[in-house]
Amino acid sequence: MSGTLGRRLAGSLHRRPRLRLSLLLSAPLLWLVLAYLGSLAALFLSAFWTTDAFTSDVVKVWSTDNFRTVLTTDVYRDVALRSVGVAVAVTVIDIVIAFPIAFYTARVAAPRYRHLLVVAVLTPLWASYLVKAYAWRIMLSENGPLDWALRPLGLDGPGYGLPATIMVLAYLWLPYMILPVHAGLEQLPASLLDASADLGARTWRTFRSVVLPMVLPSVAAGSVFTFSLSLGDYIAVQIVGGKTQLIGNVVYSNITLDLPLAAALGTVPVAVIVVYLLAMRRTGALQSL
Amino acid sequence: MQLSRPARIVLRVAAALGFTVIYVPLLLVLLNSFNAARGFGWPPSGLTLHWWADAWHSSGARSALWTSVKAGLGATAVSLVLGTLLAFAVSRYRFFGREALSFVVVLPIALPGIVTGIALNTAFRTVLEPLGVGLGLFTVVVGHATFCVVVVFNNVVARLRRTSGSYEEAAMDLGADTFQVFRDITFPLVRTALLAGGLLAFALSFDEIVVTTFTAGPGVQTLPVWIFGNMARPQQAPVVNVVAAVLVAASVIPVYLAQRLSADSAAGGRI
Repeated sequence: MSGTLGRRLAGSLHRRPRLRLSLLLSAPLLWLVLAYLGSLAALFLSAFWTTDAFTSDVVKVWSTDNFRTVLTTDVYRDVALRSVGVAVAVTVIDIVIAFPIAFYTARVAAPRYRHLLVVAVLTPLWASYLVKAYAWRIMLSENGPLDWALRPLGLDGPGYGLPATIMVLAYLWLPYMILPVHAGLEQLPASLLDASADLGARTWRTFRSVVLPMVLPSVAAGSVFTFSLSLGDYIAVQIVGGKTQLIGNVVYSNITLDLPLAAALGTVPVAVIVVYLLAMRRTGALQSL
Repeated sequence: MQLSRPARIVLRVAAALGFTVIYVPLLLVLLNSFNAARGFGWPPSGLTLHWWADAWHSSGARSALWTSVKAGLGATAVSLVLGTLLAFAVSRYRFFGREALSFVVVLPIALPGIVTGIALNTAFRTVLEPLGVGLGLFTVVVGHATFCVVVVFNNVVARLRRTSGSYEEAAMDLGADTFQVFRDITFPLVRTALLAGGLLAFALSFDEIVVTTFTAGPGVQTLPVWIFGNMARPQQAPVVNVVAAVLVAASVIPVYLAQRLSADSAAGGRI
């Protein structure tokens, strides 16, 4: 920037770090705090309102009825528990599948292929969410490829339903688990593994006492995605879930009829995820997101 | 790590199985777009290019694609500006609430899209609509940008963390002013991180359906919304199959670009 005006501006900016900081922060803060946190706050505020049963209009009278409904109605409690169960199941399945793949790509495969293998994990991550769910809709359809492949074994595919939902969600979020675990395993210093072997530990012992504790933050980072993405999902459930109801679907079906109730229902996954994030923050997982 | 031979074989087999499970559904989508039968029949009775021609002329799919591109470009532009500003503030200054701010940035992708969606939807309707701004492409861009900020932020922060401020200080010692330092030193240092972050932001916006559903007005249809709307219609099935196949094939492009752009966005911080 040339000219005296530019230089003078630059000089005064240089002398005032607080001013520079507030210039940097003003736009993003306005956006994140006002637009995002503001609307979230407004939504949760509306969870304390009620809906007129006849007109479906929102009545702005303070009450905790919606939360009482959510907590005491059996259906909602079952749906909430089922959703958390699905999220946990998806996370566990993804850890179990991701670990051998990541271990192979990070430490077993020949070094010159490792880069290529990471690309192979990344590519499906970039394929559209909907397309992947759609692929499974075809896979699981009646007389579809899965039925066709299992028939010689005398088996049937799972069809649409809760197991299909868990399978598809695990499939969708798998790369989110493989990549951090791969990165964690790759950064593991070889000297530690050698030291462990020198001290007489066999493969399994080294894995348990050295590898596992050190890649735990990576697993935690991956689990933030698998867990929270599963907990909020309602699209995949609509595509392959059959009649399965998860918390996202219940929120979705209440939005137009009873927004305050939908908002109260929406606090359930938010509360669970915030607790989960805070717990994971202690492992250092959020830094490696 | 000294792995026994059986352990290596087990890992190799497990990895091969895993990759098979990852790729079979995607290959199926590709194959299915050439399936001669209109309804879904397995195994395919014959192969045809007919549906690809149909899809090429589908005006619904075309305009949806165009809407997606516009929304993606808008969201990318906004998130590049906001994410970069934020990254500089967080990595080069210490201030009250810095930790909390890094936490808030992650929230839009960590919280369920449906919550973000209805929150923004109610906010837009109560604040913007009285001002005469209805739900439309603009609100979609605002909604998408909210969760795209984090990917730009993460990429730029990662880059700034690895480059100390000493280059900037050296430039200032040599007499460069704030703007010159930014133009000649800082910007070239973060350029590829910006490109990678922008690419991720665009892809994230391009793929998003939930927030879109709640922030788009009637008549604004992005490609995912179009696919979702046509998925259950037997009449549209062949065109949906082709669009899906194109999206699978196109997913190679961002991976290729990201790999070329920077090492830190390729493997470590992917979101």
